[in-house]
Amino acid sequence: MQEVTPARPLWHVILVRPETMTFVLLIAAVVVASQLSPYFLDISYILRSFTLSAEFAIVALVLTMVIIAGEIDLSPAANMALSACLFAWAQASGIPMPVAIGIGLLAGLAMGALNAFMVIALQLPSIIVTIGTLTLFRGLAQIIAGDKSIRVPDWFIGIDKILVFGIPMPVVIFVLAAFVLGLILAGTIFGRQIYQVGTNEVAARYAGIRTRRIKLVLFLLMGLVAAVAGMMTASRLGSVRYDLGLGGELQMVLMAMLGGTYIFGGRGTILGTFLAAWLLVVVSTGMTVANLLPAIQLTVLGVLLIVAIIATNFIYSRTQR
Amino acid sequence: MTESAPLLLARGVTKAFAGVTVLRDVDLDLHKGEIHALLGENGAGKSTFAKIVAGVHRPTRGKLSLNGRQVDISSPLVAQKLGVTLIHQEPISFPDLSVAENLVLGQGEQGWFSRVPWAEMTREARRQMDQLGVSIDVTKPMRGLSIADQQMVEIGRALASGSRLIIMDEPTAPLTPKEVDTLFGIVRRLRGEGRTIIFISHRLEEVRALCDRVTIFRDGSKVATDAIENLDDAEIIRLMIGRPLKEYMHKHNASIGEVALEVEGLTLPGRFQDVSFQVRRGEIVGLGGLVGAGRTDVACAIFGIQPAESGSLKVNGKTVDIRQPDDAIALGLAFVPEDRAVSGIFRTLSVEQNITAAIPGRIAPRGFIRRAIEKLLAADSVRKLRIRLASVNQPIGELSGGNQQKAILARWLLAEPGILILDEPTRGIDIGVKAEFYDIIGELAEQGRAILLISSELPELLALCDRILVMAEGRLTAEIPRAEATQEKVMQAAVPRQQAGIAA
Repeated sequence: MQEVTPARPLWHVILVRPETMTFVLLIAAVVVASQLSPYFLDISYILRSFTLSAEFAIVALVLTMVIIAGEIDLSPAANMALSACLFAWAQASGIPMPVAIGIGLLAGLAMGALNAFMVIALQLPSIIVTIGTLTLFRGLAQIIAGDKSIRVPDWFIGIDKILVFGIPMPVVIFVLAAFVLGLILAGTIFGRQIYQVGTNEVAARYAGIRTRRIKLVLFLLMGLVAAVAGMMTASRLGSVRYDLGLGGELQMVLMAMLGGTYIFGGRGTILGTFLAAWLLVVVSTGMTVANLLPAIQLTVLGVLLIVAIIATNFIYSRTQR
Repeated sequence: MTESAPLLLARGVTKAFAGVTVLRDVDLDLHKGEIHALLGENGAGKSTFAKIVAGVHRPTRGKLSLNGRQVDISSPLVAQKLGVTLIHQEPISFPDLSVAENLVLGQGEQGWFSRVPWAEMTREARRQMDQLGVSIDVTKPMRGLSIADQQMVEIGRALASGSRLIIMDEPTAPLTPKEVDTLFGIVRRLRGEGRTIIFISHRLEEVRALCDRVTIFRDGSKVATDAIENLDDAEIIRLMIGRPLKEYMHKHNASIGEVALEVEGLTLPGRFQDVSFQVRRGEIVGLGGLVGAGRTDVACAIFGIQPAESGSLKVNGKTVDIRQPDDAIALGLAFVPEDRAVSGIFRTLSVEQNITAAIPGRIAPRGFIRRAIEKLLAADSVRKLRIRLASVNQPIGELSGGNQQKAILARWLLAEPGILILDEPTRGIDIGVKAEFYDIIGELAEQGRAILLISSELPELLALCDRILVMAEGRLTAEIPRAEATQEKVMQAAVPRQQAGIAA
């Protein structure tokens, strides 16, 4: 009888990680795209393309933490629209800007709290709850904004035109957010307990971990960050419509999955999602540069997602039963 | 016992998983109409052998013959067609379908769109249950049945498909003594009908009461097959563990001190009523009783997992209010739960993370985890408790059950608890590791900790405890000091009153 399973060598541990796969795919995508078009390697072009997805990418970082904790939130894109609509509507009806921004952020928090209430207090599955609230938030946004677009003041427009050392502001925010959240997830007790709750919630409770508090914090953070992302989008577009960020939840999930986050919780990293966001931008920009038809682009993204999911599951099932 | 040609003939059966041989060259003959016990420590290969016969695993090498014909049992379905059925310990069934549907499932050749013959099905199911002599309403869903009744349904299925060889893998573990009697009656009748039963159990007394012959496995090999009356208990244990068992009587040197934990009138309707007891420092108090008597519920209430509705708790003389495990830990309580896989381990996380899970404040003094401190604490625990592993960075799921349990114990010892609640700490653990656990528990008491030990194993309670509390149907029914404790006394208090009345 063999008592002890031998430890895996270090190279094996590093190589067989989903983030490694994301990284390899990213390099491959850059190489292929630069072969397709000489303009591609213009870094400022990639950065400008990234600003179009930066808001989703920022939210996807928090979503990664929510998924690791064993839950999911599909409502953030609708949350972005509703909080942006509330903000735009408030300032358009004469409320001072700082107050209007506050209203938008509070609305985001409230939406996060609503999700948290139903998932934690009522013990409902988060996938159903957030499909419900995603529809609800989008509906409320439409009631508030109608089918018109609400303009925001000129000074508020153009966050994507602000450059820090030549890097557009949304990208800077994304990188900073990834850095901070990455530190929290990998280095603090709060981060550690997110993994433990996602791996085995019952055992976490027995070990004295306040599982409900952790989930509450995550859903609130999700709501707040979505509201910030909603206002960043408003600033980039210059006006707000109810369909702001429509379908964004799928892109966010795509980023988390491509980055190797395990849909059943307990596994994943901020680094993975960070890399996956870039991968997604490089692939879609590369395809645009190469003049691929939009229909083909969509198909490629779909194939990419399926490959990522198969690879992630394969890696997890092989290395950690 | 009939000495005709054997029903099953196994020759040189070998099984390896991923290069690790778990079963080595097993030769075994099973006669018609015998009850044959397979004994051995966990991992000795008895279940693997049974699963090969039942078609769950395919042997790496070796031959099986049924009734003199060589067979290739490539799947459970093939096994069923050949008349071999494995009864699972926790029956695998469709909980929302009716008993009748579960009984006839997979039998009869029907097309996808053919009509479901409800009336015939129910009639047939009733007939099968009558044949077994059990009264189960076959129109009820499986979910509502006790585990004993679910087992009966599985046995009924086996009979309906004409099984000649029925394998029972630890069928009695979840049963009450009365249910065990019923089961034994049925098994004996099946033997009388000329069927062969393979009976896997850890409980020697059951094997002695029921079985004709026994085969003992150790480290993947068969070490002996003999008629049960030719072997005494000590001999069987020696064959199982390969060395004589030292008496694990715990020499209790601890001095018993102040009351550490005091429970007064604890009540949670539907689970337990009016439970009162004390545990002193340095004392090991046993909590015995049958599964479902409410012992685990009391422990969960004390630890704040499912708080009681009324009653009071005192820790070191002070009345406390424990609303969640966090509160309990802060008061110096620790709880090693019964079901390791469900409420103990974080399966895919490292051993290190598992060990330090209950002491966040110590590994992260200023919010950020200090890897060096964590590594030191984990390595220290691994050494002290002799946890066998390749690396503390290994996922804990890769460790054996006994070592996982040690890691969970290590988690709680790091929290330096004054009061330890251990719920079935040695369940599913090899005899050798069990002895280590008994030593550890003794040492913990000597260090002045108060220990509440929940156990279903009477010898364990008798050997370790200073006092034994017994629960039955949610109430404390006895408190027996060490000097007066016997298996009979504990059992008598554990059996619900209505039935005990006659015996008393």
